[in-house]
Amino acid sequence: MRDISMDRVNSTRDQMLETVKSPTLTHEQKVATMANLADSLLEVLDLPEGLDELLNAPIDKQCICDLSEGHAPLRPRYIIPDYEKFLREGSSFLRLEPAHDLLEAMNNLLIIYKNVPSVTNFPVYVGALDKLLDPYMKDVDDETALKLTKMFLIHMDRTILDSFCHSNIGPEATRAGRIIMKAVAETCDTVPNVTMKYDPDITPDDFAIQGIETTLKSAKPSFANHKMFVNDLGEDYVIASCYNGLKYGGGSYTLVRLILGNIAKRAKNIEDFKKNVLPYVLDIQARYMDARVKFIVEESGFFENNFLAKEGLIHREKFTGMYGLVGLADAVNILMEKEGKKGVRFGHSKEADDLGVEIMDIINDFNNNHEAPYCEATGGHYLLHAQVGIASDIDVTPGTRIPIGEEPDEMIDHLRVLSRFHKYFPAGTGDIFPIDTTVHKNTDYLLDIIKGAFKDGLRYLSFYASDSDVIRITGYLVKKSEIEKLENGENVMQDTTALGMGAKHNGHILERKVR
Amino acid sequence: MERYPVNKIIPFSSVDGPGNRTAVFLQGCNFDCRYCHNPETRKLCTDCGDCVPKCPAKALSIEDGKVVFDYRKCVACDTCIKTCTHDASPRIRWMTPEETFEEIKKQVPYIRGVTTSGGECTFYPDFLRELFTLCKNAGLGTLIDSNGSYDFSKDPGLLKVCDGVMLDVKSWTKEDHAKVVDFSNEMVLKNLKFLAERHKLYEVRTVVVPGLFDVEGTISRVSEYIKDFPEVRYKIITYRPMGVREKYAKEMNPPKKDYMNQLKIKAESIGVKTVVLV
Ligand code: SF4
Ligand code: SF4
Repeated sequence: MRDISMDRVNSTRDQMLETVKSPTLTHEQKVATMANLADSLLEVLDLPEGLDELLNAPIDKQCICDLSEGHAPLRPRYIIPDYEKFLREGSSFLRLEPAHDLLEAMNNLLIIYKNVPSVTNFPVYVGALDKLLDPYMKDVDDETALKLTKMFLIHMDRTILDSFCHSNIGPEATRAGRIIMKAVAETCDTVPNVTMKYDPDITPDDFAIQGIETTLKSAKPSFANHKMFVNDLGEDYVIASCYNGLKYGGGSYTLVRLILGNIAKRAKNIEDFKKNVLPYVLDIQARYMDARVKFIVEESGFFENNFLAKEGLIHREKFTGMYGLVGLADAVNILMEKEGKKGVRFGHSKEADDLGVEIMDIINDFNNNHEAPYCEATGGHYLLHAQVGIASDIDVTPGTRIPIGEEPDEMIDHLRVLSRFHKYFPAGTGDIFPIDTTVHKNTDYLLDIIKGAFKDGLRYLSFYASDSDVIRITGYLVKKSEIEKLENGENVMQDTTALGMGAKHNGHILERKVR
Repeated sequence: MERYPVNKIIPFSSVDGPGNRTAVFLQGCNFDCRYCHNPETRKLCTDCGDCVPKCPAKALSIEDGKVVFDYRKCVACDTCIKTCTHDASPRIRWMTPEETFEEIKKQVPYIRGVTTSGGECTFYPDFLRELFTLCKNAGLGTLIDSNGSYDFSKDPGLLKVCDGVMLDVKSWTKEDHAKVVDFSNEMVLKNLKFLAERHKLYEVRTVVVPGLFDVEGTISRVSEYIKDFPEVRYKIITYRPMGVREKYAKEMNPPKKDYMNQLKIKAESIGVKTVVLV
């Protein structure tokens, strides 16, 4: 382990004391922050040369960001346990028998959720709830099943204190799926997030319509292009955390992101960006990720010692890493300005969008040629991920989105731009549309848009009613009423509320164009 | 190739028939509904030129005595239509059916069909026949929104390429109808029967303005007729003063919510399968 300066130790100690005294952090949030601060004193990773200047820079210059994963990762960032196996076989570590009925299934799941680590210390994936619970609902009447499901969901919402927590339903319609959606619409909470895997050849229209009705009440489910994900990742994919496509029984070791806008600032012009500046940063980010992955696999001991691995609920061979990026729009606009084309803006001109595609092709080619360690599950390469941004981002546009406030007037023009970019991101991307439900009472209208979008190459779409309390910030969900509490200096339960407040002020989330 | 006056194309519409549709509005109407909320679609521009200098975006000009509209410059501020005293709009694109279809095609595969409206789109049956033939060949649905003054029974060619009509029945009796629109409704009622029997009636609509005509009588008579055609929806529309010409708006009041609910219950109790309140 490398030494660090006493100055750094002292500044960290100051931050720790501040954390202890914070009036707005809850106890759990303080404990997590203290752990991160302690971890930040470690220096064990074999870091690539040149990283420091790109990573540890002020926010308007930072080119690579590791999303507070820590200096010595003690677990993979995202973990996707095989909950079916768990219900079928129980767990010796947790001293749980196989589940025999609905009550046992729900109880066992609620127990294991508290033992699934992640970067947030809460589970980012809680299972394909319809498939998990449907067999156990056979002998239970609708009313009881609904009541139990609501209690199950409320338990999750009040104990999983971070809304980067995802459940899946579909693509098949099931009784459990319908009951879960009913419960989600009635509870209107932020945890767990829900994605409906949607395939028009498998999912019946009425099931999808129930999904749309549910999302207009509670801002979930989102809709994932099932055909596209199966094609990219295989049948055993899941949607976890924000909207991340990962392998069941696996997960992601790490997620590091490029801040493309700041990278573009370093370039003289488009040519310089494409030839020199971007490839230089791409390489350093990849090697930084390699170092993180190797530490987790070779040194942390996680895969040898954690019960999830020991009991076969996760498999190291099904993990991958997520090569993230934000700010494609920012990079394109900055580069166009450098070329003296100020009015040529991403989302509004073919020339700008074409440059976006060229940049994505460069990143995609780089990633497909970089041999990533321990990523055999995904062909020996990382998966690209359009990251949604973090609360402290200022002037950073999520993934490949069009900046809020600059959305094209017509939704069709907006969708046509997005359809050029979703294909690059098997590990997740997505766009969000607030809907004016006083105008659009016709749910078939949204279903037609989803069907068309998935034919047109979009991967993932979210909708919420523009007057809803629960809203989607960038990928995760927050209640507007909870943000208000936090703004008034009150404690709130979920740590994501603070992220939502940051995104509201820095990311103008409430100003998204209503459709 | 003949050109027709297109007032507006809405790429995604959730209110002009089932699912997501592109709605095409044509200019010109023979009725004069008191409650019309887009009266600027009623008449063709007379090229008087009054609105041209008022346009802040310089989207309007006069060439050879005709008003010319550049839709790329328009900022949709509505100054021109507020200026116009002829119930017209200068924001017209004269388009062929092919050009219109090119605009519609941009929305494929996001839409399931097209709805033509107005004004009164059946003023231009040749346009509709050609446009719908193109739409049908592309697998798109085709609906007409009509005031019912056109004799559909005389145009089998149009019905062949049209999935259905959304028909306004503004009131049941001739006398009342004349009060609402200055026009008799014999043809409307003839169309109601003709289209329903041929399964070309998608929806009937009545706008409710208490006191303007016999609302309950109209709702009852329409319901009694369409109850035998379970695929036909009845849309009962709340009158709203927005956009309505001031001289008429003064004399009309929107119905109460309770009253609308009662009308819905009435239509349902008579046997209409789908009643929609808007
Ligand atoms: S709405 Fe009329 S006045 Fe306004 S910019 Fe368009 S053409 Fe000009
Ligand atoms: S739109 Fe009206 S005001 Fe303008 S030129 Fe035509 S008739 Fe005159």
